[in-house]
Amino acid sequence: MKGFYDPSILEGVEMLQILHPDGTLDEGLRPPELTDQRIQELYREMVFLRLADQRALNLQRQGRMGTYAPYMGQEAAQVGSAVALEQGDWIFPSFREGAAMYIRGAPMGAIFAYWMGNEAAQRFPAGVRVMPISIPVGTHPLHAVGFALAAKTKKEPICTLAYFGDGGTSKGDFHEAMNMAGVLRTPTIFFCQNNQYAISVPRKIQTASRTIAQKALAYGFPGIQVDGNDLAAVYAATRLARQRALSGEGPTLIEAVTYRLGPHTTADDPTRYRSQEEVEQWQPLDPLLRVKKHLEQCCMWDEEMEESVLAFAEEKLNRAVQEAEQFPEPRPEEMFNYTLEKMPLRLEAQLRDYLSFLQGRED
Amino acid sequence: MSRLNMVQAIQSALMAEMLLDPSVMVLGEDVGREGGVFRATEGLQEKFGPERALDTPLAESGIVGLALGLALNGMRPVAEIQFDGFMPPAWDQIISHISRIRTRSRGRFSAPLVIRIPYGGGIHAPEHHSEATEAVLVHTPGIKVVYPSTPYDAKGLLISAIRDPDPVLFLEPKRIYRAIREEVPEEAYTVPIGEARMVREGKDVTVVAWGAMVREAERAAEMAAQEGIQVEILDLRTLSPMDDQALLASVRKTGRAVVVHEAPRTCGLGAEIAARIQEEAILQLKAPVLRVTGFDTVVPLAKLEHNYIPSPERILRGIKQAMAF
Repeated sequence: MKGFYDPSILEGVEMLQILHPDGTLDEGLRPPELTDQRIQELYREMVFLRLADQRALNLQRQGRMGTYAPYMGQEAAQVGSAVALEQGDWIFPSFREGAAMYIRGAPMGAIFAYWMGNEAAQRFPAGVRVMPISIPVGTHPLHAVGFALAAKTKKEPICTLAYFGDGGTSKGDFHEAMNMAGVLRTPTIFFCQNNQYAISVPRKIQTASRTIAQKALAYGFPGIQVDGNDLAAVYAATRLARQRALSGEGPTLIEAVTYRLGPHTTADDPTRYRSQEEVEQWQPLDPLLRVKKHLEQCCMWDEEMEESVLAFAEEKLNRAVQEAEQFPEPRPEEMFNYTLEKMPLRLEAQLRDYLSFLQGRED
Repeated sequence: MSRLNMVQAIQSALMAEMLLDPSVMVLGEDVGREGGVFRATEGLQEKFGPERALDTPLAESGIVGLALGLALNGMRPVAEIQFDGFMPPAWDQIISHISRIRTRSRGRFSAPLVIRIPYGGGIHAPEHHSEATEAVLVHTPGIKVVYPSTPYDAKGLLISAIRDPDPVLFLEPKRIYRAIREEVPEEAYTVPIGEARMVREGKDVTVVAWGAMVREAERAAEMAAQEGIQVEILDLRTLSPMDDQALLASVRKTGRAVVVHEAPRTCGLGAEIAARIQEEAILQLKAPVLRVTGFDTVVPLAKLEHNYIPSPERILRGIKQAMAF
């Protein structure tokens, strides 16, 4: 009998789906370690992450946070992929990956503090293998390829995973990264969250390809399209890609088909470019909903549990907000200190001059 | 010791550092099997294999972005951009990531890498093979910019660049790649980044130059000497961080400065140098700081190139104007 990780099991699969919107789970495709108990644990995380995302939006509206890019609707894509990695692996996030970053060990308080305007928050604790957020769309997958190439050269048994969106696949650097990874057979996972929009521009204006996954074929490696709102399918596809990476078979592109339920950022009004009907069509496909349904069907969930999980998440979230707001206020020196390892004399003079200006004003 | 030209000195630096440090590698278009279109990486693939002398697909942004990823995971990559005019596609990676990763991560990550670029005009090349845009590089915080003018300095500065904890753009004046030979030690040695070189001492006027313009300035200084003008020449060698001390000391001594560069004049590095001099040494100045530069035009092809790039005669005119003020 073929185990799940035999790639031929995916032959002929259009879009991999394991956990269906009605909560039923395709047992033939279930990765063995993704037990119902594990799913229950991940559901708790997803609930926390949904609340954290909503809290960030509220903080922004209250003027306690700057512009924020919410991930609501993409929790399965991020959690499923992030937990499929091993401890030594690195992720290279774009700006909508708060959930994945948190799962990989970035403290939620630090993630919030970053969006409050403090770079220091992106210096994650040692051991947290999360790169700082990369804002220029589609430019950072190259770093994941280079990092993976170094790992391959040094024979480190790790892989790298780059997160980007459907818009990112239009960028030249994305294609250069895919091409480099294919030629150099680097242990890299290209993880596209196809959330249907790049701000206002729909997926069909980004590419004439039928799928994003198929772009991998042109670069000589496999692409898998998965239901991005399906925690199990995302997890399984990422495990498979990781296995390929670690066994020297090279990169994989995963297209997680999902939907951004919220705005692009807090500065965006999505009613200008998409209808309420469209959003409503996606709501029943909410990634949290189907996990909950599944757990209910296994008698591993009820309203009482939901409430206690929510209460626990709320409390954890309050602590994260407190942590973010108590993040040490950066001193002006900080913007000078990290330009180069050793501050050049000219920069030192600028700093000295500015500090004496500040002191003069305080007198 | 052997007498090497600049390309050979650069190759010698790469060879020496790759022997000393297994994390040093070169990558780029044609750098492996071909040994580079200028032969600066000749013999490296034979010696160190295709992984450490890596032929990449033809994609400048890809090469430089890949180099950053390699550096983030402990390698010391020396990437080659084949010609100055092909740097713009890689510029996004440099200005958006390489120059910022230390700041963005508050020092958790850095980008200890070198980007070598055969640079500037004077070789009768096709379009996009003769550009000089160093002001843009110097304007960008978080990177160092080095631009040697002799084989000895090229080797020593390249080794310093490879060992530097920060990203270094290493500009190579391709016009004089093979024009000058001098004694270059076989072993590794360093020339410090951030220190200018006094090429020639003189009491009347300071000529500030770098790269291929140093040799042109020397020729102009010879001509000036015949007319009784003693020219001091300062080769900046490192454009960022710039050696302000050496610059100001020389100008305070002579009271006159002429800045020479082949890049366009407006917002060129000469403007910054002139500003710096008037901020710090206005009372010692006997004349305005003058500039002898390329024009605010696109660099022309071979037929007009000699009109664009400052010649010894044009530099001499600048020197005389400074003296006559």
